[in-house]
Parts: sequence; structure tokens; C-alpha cells
Amino acid sequence: MKIPYYPGCTLKSTAKHFEISAIESAKKIGIEFVELPRWNCCGVVASLADDDIMHNLAPVRNMIRVLEMNRDGLVKDEKRLLTLCSMCFNTLSRANNRIKKKSDDLDILNDFMYKEDIDYDGSVEIIHFLEIIQELGFDKIEKNVKKSLSNLKIAPYYGCMLLRPKDVGIDDPERPTIFEKFITSLSAKPVEWNNKNKCCGSFLTVDNKEIVVELGNDILTDAKNSGADIIVTSCPLCAFNLDNRQKNIKAKYPEFKEIPVVYFTQLMALAFGLSKEITGFDGNFINPTKLLKSKNIEI
Amino acid sequence: MSNKQEMVKVFIMGEAHEVPAGSTIIMAFEYAGYQLKKGVGCREGFCGACATVYREKGNYKLQGGLACQTVVSDGMSLVQIPFVPAEKPVYDMDKITPDINTIKELFPTVFRCVSCNTCTKACPQDIQVMDYIQALKQGNIAKAADLSFDCIRCGLCALRCPAEIVQYNAGTLARRLYGKYLAKKSPELKNRVEEINDGKYKKEIQEMKEMDRTKLSEKYYTREIKLK
Amino acid sequence: MPKKLLLNDKSVDFFKKVSELSGEVITLCDQCGTCSGGCPIIDEMDISPSQLMRMVMLGDEEVMDTKTMWLCATCNTCTVRCPRELDVSKVAEALRQIKLRQSFDKINIDKIPKEDLKELPQIALVGAFRRLTS
Ligand code: SF4
Ligand code: SF4
Ligand code: SF4
Ligand code: SF4
Repeated sequence: MKIPYYPGCTLKSTAKHFEISAIESAKKIGIEFVELPRWNCCGVVASLADDDIMHNLAPVRNMIRVLEMNRDGLVKDEKRLLTLCSMCFNTLSRANNRIKKKSDDLDILNDFMYKEDIDYDGSVEIIHFLEIIQELGFDKIEKNVKKSLSNLKIAPYYGCMLLRPKDVGIDDPERPTIFEKFITSLSAKPVEWNNKNKCCGSFLTVDNKEIVVELGNDILTDAKNSGADIIVTSCPLCAFNLDNRQKNIKAKYPEFKEIPVVYFTQLMALAFGLSKEITGFDGNFINPTKLLKSKNIEI
Repeated sequence: MSNKQEMVKVFIMGEAHEVPAGSTIIMAFEYAGYQLKKGVGCREGFCGACATVYREKGNYKLQGGLACQTVVSDGMSLVQIPFVPAEKPVYDMDKITPDINTIKELFPTVFRCVSCNTCTKACPQDIQVMDYIQALKQGNIAKAADLSFDCIRCGLCALRCPAEIVQYNAGTLARRLYGKYLAKKSPELKNRVEEINDGKYKKEIQEMKEMDRTKLSEKYYTREIKLK
Repeated sequence: MPKKLLLNDKSVDFFKKVSELSGEVITLCDQCGTCSGGCPIIDEMDISPSQLMRMVMLGDEEVMDTKTMWLCATCNTCTVRCPRELDVSKVAEALRQIKLRQSFDKINIDKIPKEDLKELPQIALVGAFRRLTS
């Protein structure tokens, strides 16, 4: 299956290992990501004010690219746009839902973008990689597992953007299970814990580092107390706040013990037996290699 | 047939003037009696000094262009922009890396881009300005260098940008980084620089320095461009 | 006995403006406090999300001087829990927009330390600049 793919800015730099592990793992289950030939930053956060049309330009342009890909034959009748980053997923989805509801906004946007070849018509659907996996069936993952992760207890961290608000969320906002199912299909054990959908502090990390340190400490400590060896996420901002910021947590709470935070696709690649270059654990701030070795999992 | 010069009416800073049809905006200004000391340069469309904005009669769009290249039309409303104020960060080319970190450090404002594409619409060089800003946002220096290659630093993009980004300075940084760190090294260039440093062209350069304007101009227009 | 609240023109204008910008029917809020109960940032806020709703309802412009509107991270925890299906994050955004549209910057990009800029991922910068700069 060939599907249009939107990477987002961060997946091209600090979260490169997220992208690579996803693309290669997807191939194993028969999905080929076709990157939009031209794309722009989604804007990270959704435009919320009722009259703020301008900040929907960026998402809508990307949706026009999907229509162009269909026109140019790069994909065949595939108007779903696949995302990996939770924030891109959320922002693109919210913009799409908004213009579907407010056709006036769409008219203004199309008029403003007169240099685009195609008018947007609201026909693109934004989906997250986890949704595609669910659609294909988790047994497809199971069948491809080459390396058992059964010794590994994983805390699935949903954060906010995969679940909320309800009209874009990929699962029940309070009791999601999609990540747990995914982890089980990888042969690992999902950990039940309280903070799986608690906010990591998001962009407050720029001007309110202390808040993020507190939230991170709560979230990570809960994961450890619930017996987790490692945390998985699908958001590069959560990854930064929960992984890189552990050094700030440690500076404030010296007794804090670190725990690796990785992208779900890295563990997918690992279970599929893909190489070190593809799992990309060197890209994580806290390298999980030692932990994995202690669980008898070869990298 | 009368050989009377056909005239058009233009509005220069709100004031009506009759100027010869077919004039460029700069010629129109000068015909109307203005002496331009700032905001005008090579008059050949290369230097980017004469960036201007204007509106045509019956067109709601505020357009941008180079005053030395844009021909006036009847009812056009004109103004000349002497200079585009912009800040540029100071950096040491030996100490920066050709990656996203340099962009974040030196041009954090590019992360304010809203993809409105206004810059691209304003650019007289038909550059995909938005796309090179987006490339920088992604840390793709080579792409940004390539897309911004034809930039003449006229400043029109920066004047129109709602995110107050100074695109051309960011583009210049990309091309410098590309040239220094990413481009394939050319042996010819290295040789030529060595030759220059060894004084091989001293005589010719001296001759040119002493040449009068007409001769220099003649030499320029009859020059041969050798491409391998 | 029900208490009667008298709103003056100015507070009514303010209330209307926030209602328009947020697109929320703020008077639907019955002050149950569910939003505040689940808010992950509440410990750092000076007024709770439900207090913010209350102040807007009363047209009290002092809400603009609170930290809360700048600290809401749009996590939407309150949004999915509100029994009245209200979205506090949109109200907070409306308040921020009123300020930002007067050319106010909550953060000064030039003042962010270079080391921070280098360390922060693009996604953090774009998000913060959108929410906190004009
Ligand atoms: S990119 Fe900007 S500065 Fe460069 S030529 Fe275009 S408008 Fe002028
Ligand atoms: S004008 Fe500014 S905000 Fe708009 S696309 Fe260009 S750089 Fe981005
Ligand atoms: S949860 Fe809803 S109804 Fe309750 S106080 Fe908050 S905004 Fe008001
Ligand atoms: S959206 Fe804002 S107010 Fe609501 S729970 Fe999250 S941070 Fe608190």
C-alpha cells in the first residue's frame, strides 16, 4: 500500500530516528510511505480563535499537496495523509475538521492561495500511523516479530495530541487501548499506569522549563513505580520534555533515576529484527541499549 | 502618423504626473523631477536596490518589483522605498555548523513562518521564498541554498512578511553554509584563487582599475563567458 | 434568593469579544470545577481554569493580568471532561489573542539564550512562537 506521508520539521532533524524506524518497519508490513514532494510546517499548534483563518493556511497547503500527488499519479486514489508526529497529526486534523465545518473559512483560504493550482475541497483525511496499523490488524505485526521483547515492560505514553479533543482523537480520550494492543503485538508487556495521557507541558518548555520539569518528574516517576522499564511515545515534543529534560529533573531532584523514552517505531524496528542504524537508539537522549541488553534483547 | 510621445498618468506618492508610456518606474520618477539617490543602483535588474511596491489601476493587489525593470501603466500608483531596515546576526563561518542548530540559533524568527506565501508573491525574482524558509525550518540547508540562489536581497519579502522574518539574510546564511561545508569542492576554483594570490592577474586588474567608464562598460558587455 | 449581577457596558463588551473570539457559549459554564480538577498545570496558575471562565462570564478584564491564560498548554484535558462541552483552552486563546493583537509579545525571541535555542527542538519553538508572540 502506497500512502502520502507528511513528516514534519522535527522528524527531519532531532527526531530522524523516529522517521527512519517508522519507514523501514512499515515496509515490513507492506506499507510504503510516499513523502509529499513539497510540504511546509503544519504550525505545530492548532489555530483556536474563531476568526483566525491565517494559521490554517499551512495545514491546508499540505492537504493540497495530497490532491496534487493523486493528480500526478504518485499515489492512486489515496487521499489519506499519514502522520507520525502526534502534534502534526493533531494540528492537521483540527484544521481539516474546522474547514469542513466552516465552508466560509475554506473559501477565504482558497481565494487567498490563488497561486496554488488546485483549490482544497476538504476531501483529505489525516491519519496517524497507529491507526493504519490497527486497520491492517495487529496480527500483521505479530507475524513479523523476529526478536522477542517479552522481557520488556513498556509504559505507553499517549500524551494529549493523539487523544484530544474528541473529534480528532484516535481512541477513547480517557481509556485508550491502541498503544497497549500495539505493544502486546510486539510481544512486550504494556504497563498500566495513571499518567499515560497527562500533558508533558508542551511548548511551555521554551519559557517555563520548571513547569515541564515538575510534570516530567510526575509522569516518569509514575511510570517507574508502575513497573515500566521504558516509555514509548509518538511525539517529538513529548520526547524532548520527557527524555532530554531528565537532566533538568536530575539537577532539581538528585535522587531521580532515569528511564529511557523512545519512539514506538524504534521498538517496532527492534522487534522486527532491523539493524542498529534503523532502530537508531543513539538518537535518544537516554540510550536504552544498556537496559535492553540487561533484558537479553540484542540490538 | 504623429510621432508625439504617448503619455500615461501615474500617481507618485499620491500626486498625479504625466510620464512617457513605456517608462520604467525609475524613469517615471526622474521624468517627474525626482532625483533618486537612495533606492536605486545598477539599473540592470541585478543589484536589488530599487525594490518598490505599486498598485495598478483596477487591481486590488499590492504588487512588488524592481523599479528599473517594471514598466509603468496608466493609473499606476507609485512610491519608492529607499531602504529596507533589517537586522542581521553576526557569525563566524568557521564556528557554525551546516545544520538545524545554526538556524535555530541565528534565525529563530523563521520558526514564526505561517506559510502564507506572501513573500513568494512579492519576490521580483520569482523565487519560492516560502519554500526556502520552510527548508530552513526543516534544517535542509542545501535545499534552502538552492531555492534562494537567485535572491538579489531586494528586501520585498521581508517588507511583506507578517511574521517579520528577514528571509534574504537567512537565505544568505544558507548559501554561505552550503558553499563552505556542503558543496562539492571545485579544483578549478582552488587553482584560480591560488593564481590570483600569486599575482598572476595583477597586471589585468590594475589595467581595469585605470580604465575609464566607457571602456570598462564596453569590456563588460563584450566579455566572453566560458563554460566547460 | 438568586443574586443579580450588574454588568456595565465595558464588561459586556469584553465578555462579547471573548465569546466571539473563542466561539464558546461561556455562560453555559455552571462552575462545576471539573476543568480545574483535571488541569495538569493548575499548581502553577494563579487562578484556576474555572475561575478564568467565571471572570470572563462577569466581564472582568482583570482576567487579562493573570498567569493562567498564558500557562494553558492546550492539553484539552478539560475539553474532553467538561459536562457542558465547553473548551477552556479556546477561551484562554481568545484572551491571549486580545493581548497579542495589540503587538504584545509574551516571550522575547531575542532574549532566549542561544544555548536554549540550540537545544530546543523546532516543534517547541514553532508552538511557543505561535501561542506567545504577536
Ligand atoms: S527572496 Fe526576498 S530579497 Fe530575495 S529577491 Fe526575492 S523578494 Fe528580494
Ligand atoms: S511571508 Fe513570512 S510568514 Fe508568509 S510564507 Fe513568507 S516567510 Fe512565511
Ligand atoms: S468543566 Fe466546564 S462547566 Fe465545569 S467549570 Fe469548567 S468550563 Fe465550567
Ligand atoms: S487545556 Fe489548559 S486549562 Fe484545560 S486542562 Fe489543559 S492546561 Fe488546563
